[in-house]
Amino acid sequence: MLAQGLRALLAILIGCGGVIGLFYGANLLVERWFPSRAKGRILPWIYLAPAALVLTAYLVLPTVLTVYISFFDKRSQNFVWFTNYLDLLTDNVMWEAFRNNILWLVLVTGVSVSLGLVIAVLADRVRYEPIPKTLIFLPMAISFVGASVIWRFVYDYRPADVAQIGILNAMAVSLGFEPVGWLVERAINNFALIAIMIWLQTGFCMVLLSAAVKGIPEDILEAARMDGANEVQIFWRVIIPMIRSTLVVVATTVIILVLKVFDIVFVMTAGNQGTEVIASRMIKEMFNFRDYGRGSAIAVILLIAIIPVMVTNIRRFREQEATR
Amino acid sequence: MLSTSPKRGYRQPPKGLARFSELLQKLPVHVALVAISLIWTLPSIGLLISSLRPKEAVLDNGWWTVLQHPFDFTQLTLVNYLDVLTAEGMGQAFLNSLTVAIPATVIPIAIATFAAYALAWMNFPGRQWIFITVVALLVVPLQMTFIPVLRAYSALGMAGTFLAVWLAHTGYGMPLGIYLLRNYIGSLPRDLIEAASVDGASHLKIFTKLIVPLSMPAIASFAVFQFLWVWNDLLVALVYLGGTPDVAPVTLKLTNLVGSRGQDWHLLTAGAFVSMVVPLGVFFALQRYFVRGLLAGSVKG
Repeated sequence: MLAQGLRALLAILIGCGGVIGLFYGANLLVERWFPSRAKGRILPWIYLAPAALVLTAYLVLPTVLTVYISFFDKRSQNFVWFTNYLDLLTDNVMWEAFRNNILWLVLVTGVSVSLGLVIAVLADRVRYEPIPKTLIFLPMAISFVGASVIWRFVYDYRPADVAQIGILNAMAVSLGFEPVGWLVERAINNFALIAIMIWLQTGFCMVLLSAAVKGIPEDILEAARMDGANEVQIFWRVIIPMIRSTLVVVATTVIILVLKVFDIVFVMTAGNQGTEVIASRMIKEMFNFRDYGRGSAIAVILLIAIIPVMVTNIRRFREQEATR
Repeated sequence: MLSTSPKRGYRQPPKGLARFSELLQKLPVHVALVAISLIWTLPSIGLLISSLRPKEAVLDNGWWTVLQHPFDFTQLTLVNYLDVLTAEGMGQAFLNSLTVAIPATVIPIAIATFAAYALAWMNFPGRQWIFITVVALLVVPLQMTFIPVLRAYSALGMAGTFLAVWLAHTGYGMPLGIYLLRNYIGSLPRDLIEAASVDGASHLKIFTKLIVPLSMPAIASFAVFQFLWVWNDLLVALVYLGGTPDVAPVTLKLTNLVGSRGQDWHLLTAGAFVSMVVPLGVFFALQRYFVRGLLAGSVKG
């Protein structure tokens, strides 16, 4: 154990020290060796070079290469045009994955945003506000794998004649029902997985929306009350319209996250019993079937789905820069 | 961030009957909040309690039976933790996670801060375009990069090494780091930086003596976000470290444990808690930075 600890420490020191030494060395070199006029032109690129290098090596080049590989066969030897894409679009399992992903998108986004908003508005009215908010936000710190273990235990199934140790089936049995195989029954297993994601993401939505709700000026709410609006009307007619832009940002964020959902499905069901999603399918094509062409094609489909968000982000950024 | 006074809904504390009627009016709100909090917390409590119970008890009856004798601590034990840390290799995985996560946080911070300073305060052609590229890369799904990078790693013999994961996380965390830090550094007062440069301070001096200390809140937010992201990551570890168990981090180890010991709940619950203890500590200790980093970083690819 001690040797392992030392190895870890050494690895950490080398990793962290290396990068800091790099910058100091490069800067020293430029300061020493270049005339001051050239310095001003070279120095920005020295500061940028490491970032540009890793961005190119890990994001830009691989993205371009993946698009390229997606037009080739399994082992990337023969150019096959759009065969991979056509195969995927006619593949039943892939359609199941698309269908499930849409179900995930609609339910996770819908439920966690609306529940997050309701909790934010309710908690705003009580004195012990931080307690429920902390408890609901806490799952954000837990990894998808950790959350999956937590919920596998909640969903644990045992035959009817043995004591249930999963809390959900224990409740079902005590209410007089048969125990349910939450993760194997095809009618419900997708919902069981989606519930985990809602459990993880509601806190995030709540925190963002709560900040927006608190940003609404008190006198606007007061004016609405003076005009005789009740709390429900205020919620729908005042609060919602005033936090619309935050709602859009939160929903977009959750959508991007859910589009790429992988860990939960991988740990809980490995995509069996009709629970496949796009990202879990990609890992299967890549590792289990060793089909790099189709794996890449799935990744490209994911990217295409995200491009609208990318364009919106860039547009918003340019507006922001124009007003700076 | 999670606690914000002043409160809405009351001006001065009501008295007597008025107070009772207000309580009654708000009763549905209280009930709803307590119910939701309970539903959200029960699964984690179940995990924690089960991880402390002996094997036979965990597998024989539900964890809630402990609550019948809440002060009988003899029904609890630490033996599951000992087993999972030593025999099941979770201790090694814990060290691996630290070895992966610390450099994979420090390296991107250093690189991103330098780049952010250059993008915010140095003049050179193409500055705007580089930053637009960074904004675009922010949401690129990591899945787009796995196959080419893995192939390059295999060709270089780097698959299954710590260096491979450090660099991968550095690349994947870079757009967010640059975006976050450049926005923060760019909003520092112009006079301050110009005054320093008129006084003859070099860029490196301005950077280390002025920019870094002033940007600490943003750096801390990014650090917390990146550390937790790396610690909780399964996908990157699976792709680049998948075949080599002696470098596997806690998430990967726990996933394998679910596969090999799927019904041994006494071990799974303890293992899950071992994997969660660091993020939970960070959550409670650095909540402010945690929330800020999370909000800023939620769009990561």
